[in-house]
Amino acid sequence: MNKIIEKEFFSDAVVKLVVYAPRIARSRKAGHFVIVRTGEKGERIPLTIAAADTSKGTITLIIQKVGVTSAKLCELEVGDTITDVVGPLGKPTHIEKVGTILASGGGVGVAPLLPIVEAFKQAGNRVITVLAARRKDLIILEEQMRQHSDEVIIMTDDGSYGNKGLVTQGMEEVIQREKVDLSVTVGPAIMMKFTTLLCGKYDIPTVASLNTLMVDGTGMCGACRVTVGGETKFVCVDGPEFDAHQVDFDEMLLRLDSYKPSEAEAFESFLSSHPKSV
Amino acid sequence: MAEVSEYLKNERAQEWRVALRAKMKNKERTQLERVEMSEQAAGMRNKDFTEVNCGLGMEDARNEALRCLDCVNPTCITGCPVGINIPKFIKKIEEGDLLESARVLKETNALPAVCGRVCPQEVQCEEACFYTQKLKKPPVAIGHLERFVADFEQNSGEMSVPLIPKKNGIKVASIGSGPAGLAFAGDMAKMGYDVTVFEALHEIGGVLKYGIPEFRLPNQIVDIEIDVLEKMGVKFVKNFIVGATASVEDLRSEGFEAFLVGSGAGLPNFMHIPGENYIGIYSSNEYLTRVNLMNAADPEYDTPVISGKKVAVIGGGNTAMDAVRTSKRLGAERSMIIYRRSIEEMPARNEEIKHAQEEGVEFMNLHNPLEYFADENGRVCRMKVQKMELGEPDASGRRRPIPIEGSEFEMDVDTVVVSVGVSPNPLIPQSMKELEVSRWGTIVVDQDSMHSSVQGVFAGGDIVRGGATVILAMGDGRKAAGAMDDYLKSR
Repeated sequence: MNKIIEKEFFSDAVVKLVVYAPRIARSRKAGHFVIVRTGEKGERIPLTIAAADTSKGTITLIIQKVGVTSAKLCELEVGDTITDVVGPLGKPTHIEKVGTILASGGGVGVAPLLPIVEAFKQAGNRVITVLAARRKDLIILEEQMRQHSDEVIIMTDDGSYGNKGLVTQGMEEVIQREKVDLSVTVGPAIMMKFTTLLCGKYDIPTVASLNTLMVDGTGMCGACRVTVGGETKFVCVDGPEFDAHQVDFDEMLLRLDSYKPSEAEAFESFLSSHPKSV
Repeated sequence: MAEVSEYLKNERAQEWRVALRAKMKNKERTQLERVEMSEQAAGMRNKDFTEVNCGLGMEDARNEALRCLDCVNPTCITGCPVGINIPKFIKKIEEGDLLESARVLKETNALPAVCGRVCPQEVQCEEACFYTQKLKKPPVAIGHLERFVADFEQNSGEMSVPLIPKKNGIKVASIGSGPAGLAFAGDMAKMGYDVTVFEALHEIGGVLKYGIPEFRLPNQIVDIEIDVLEKMGVKFVKNFIVGATASVEDLRSEGFEAFLVGSGAGLPNFMHIPGENYIGIYSSNEYLTRVNLMNAADPEYDTPVISGKKVAVIGGGNTAMDAVRTSKRLGAERSMIIYRRSIEEMPARNEEIKHAQEEGVEFMNLHNPLEYFADENGRVCRMKVQKMELGEPDASGRRRPIPIEGSEFEMDVDTVVVSVGVSPNPLIPQSMKELEVSRWGTIVVDQDSMHSSVQGVFAGGDIVRGGATVILAMGDGRKAAGAMDDYLKSR
């Protein structure tokens, strides 16, 4: 169980792991996530399932090296096992035929966006996907997105690939060009804050998939709580997807930095003892 | 019931019991003083996670066992949710056969070393003891003796494994590996069933592992008891969420014929007051899970915890006491309990309140939080509290706390732990639409059989009770096991 079958580097900092987890592969739907722990002293972190293959019994996880736990995961090789993988967790994406979907993904948020795009396309929607990253090598899953989208627009901060500019610029062009019925946004909290503001300006219903801190992932601890429409919600059991216009992104941004000082320190010391991950 | 009392009568009439009773007059027995269990010094123990209670020595235990009168009508047993044959295990101590005494405990209790530590004996067996009821004297220290015997067996290296009949080939499952599930698993294995326990987390034990701190219940004690269950043939599957990883229907198609849902009280309650989502404000579940399950206090482990210098714990239950005592051990200068009623109304056990007081916890009774304030980084730095007074008794029979107008004031805090109860975990009910739940989200069961509205699905512990004790959950697990056996045989 939890054996790594395939590993691919999308860039220095982004790794794809295909993991043997047949039960999860069978039960998962678009929007679901898993909690993983690596090593007996490891912490539990949530990762969205990017894809699954029921015949091979595998799930695909895409990990960006941002701290100790993600760096440890990125160091695992084919044949290694992840200590614990549990899921699928969260509520699946509500998929229906609504017309035109504008999907926006930033950074590794593109990974959880892929199964959502795939499901909306299958349900008969027109899907336009905007992928954004700082530079060319951080754009991931472009091919797969093209397979399931009617159109893919690439945005990079430095213009090294696709159009130069922010994700919101790419989205606004589409919105001004044609009627969008639903916007789906997945990425860093700061990106989702601004994609949501943009869609609000045009009165477009928007769904955001949130990635907060979690411990158990089953509703037990409340580490993942966010304010949605003035009420406290748990991302793990009430989400991870919410009506983006109701989400308090500023509060979410603050809470994501709960352990920033100690995390930065831990990552520094991890990197100094693991030269190959630098 | 008649069967049980007949059995107890026969047991009591056995030669060795008769001989022991004749050895010492009741009058002499009742003259003996109740034993006191020694504790680690408060000023030392509040700096680390070593177990506070030290257990009894051999001599103290033997003397305490002498106090038990081996009553004709052992009312103590009726006070025990799992129905331990209390006089028999105590008389085995008096006789000096401690391993046999441990076997008596395990006839009905899968986790004696746990129960000897965390059961509220003062409102159960010891409350029903002849000494309490008729003599108005301190009861026999049944809890201390249970722990003594269980520890003796664990340390002896000769853990007895209850006799298991030939497997009947019928597969049953427990959903959750907390006290309800473990008690259920033990009983079902003893009846010959093929038992699998599914656990969502990466450790077996549920609240015994993530909730109750090391200084009250060392994890190693729990592991030894789980090991016995494994030797009895119980299978444990970690990282498996029934209702997500696979549904009850999936498991039925894989041959499981009946289920116990013991998934616990999942969701922590918050007070929904302004500022409650600032950084440094935890649910007690999160705070305790980080420290107990994830070892956040140990720098070797990756999971962090914010361990402030001024910690306020909101609530008055056992979990609040666990959290506030944990904060002391994480280095807090001020650890405060903020509770809206007076100390008399606190739901925590007296022992926990006493231990917290000894360890330097400040009790702000008759205070209620109104709002939290944060610094520029969103970290909690102050809170506003209001003083309360007690009015007429409310539905719970306790005097209702009433806010005193104009008594609000602010105080500095850097960590807050909200411990105001839990709501049932919604994962199982959400995944089984036909399962009847109450408006509080608890699973509705038949009181006698613990059978839910779904055929072959039983439930027990906090998912039914909404927040109770380890031993009541274990009692439910045992009751469900008996009823499930009847159900499976009668089909």
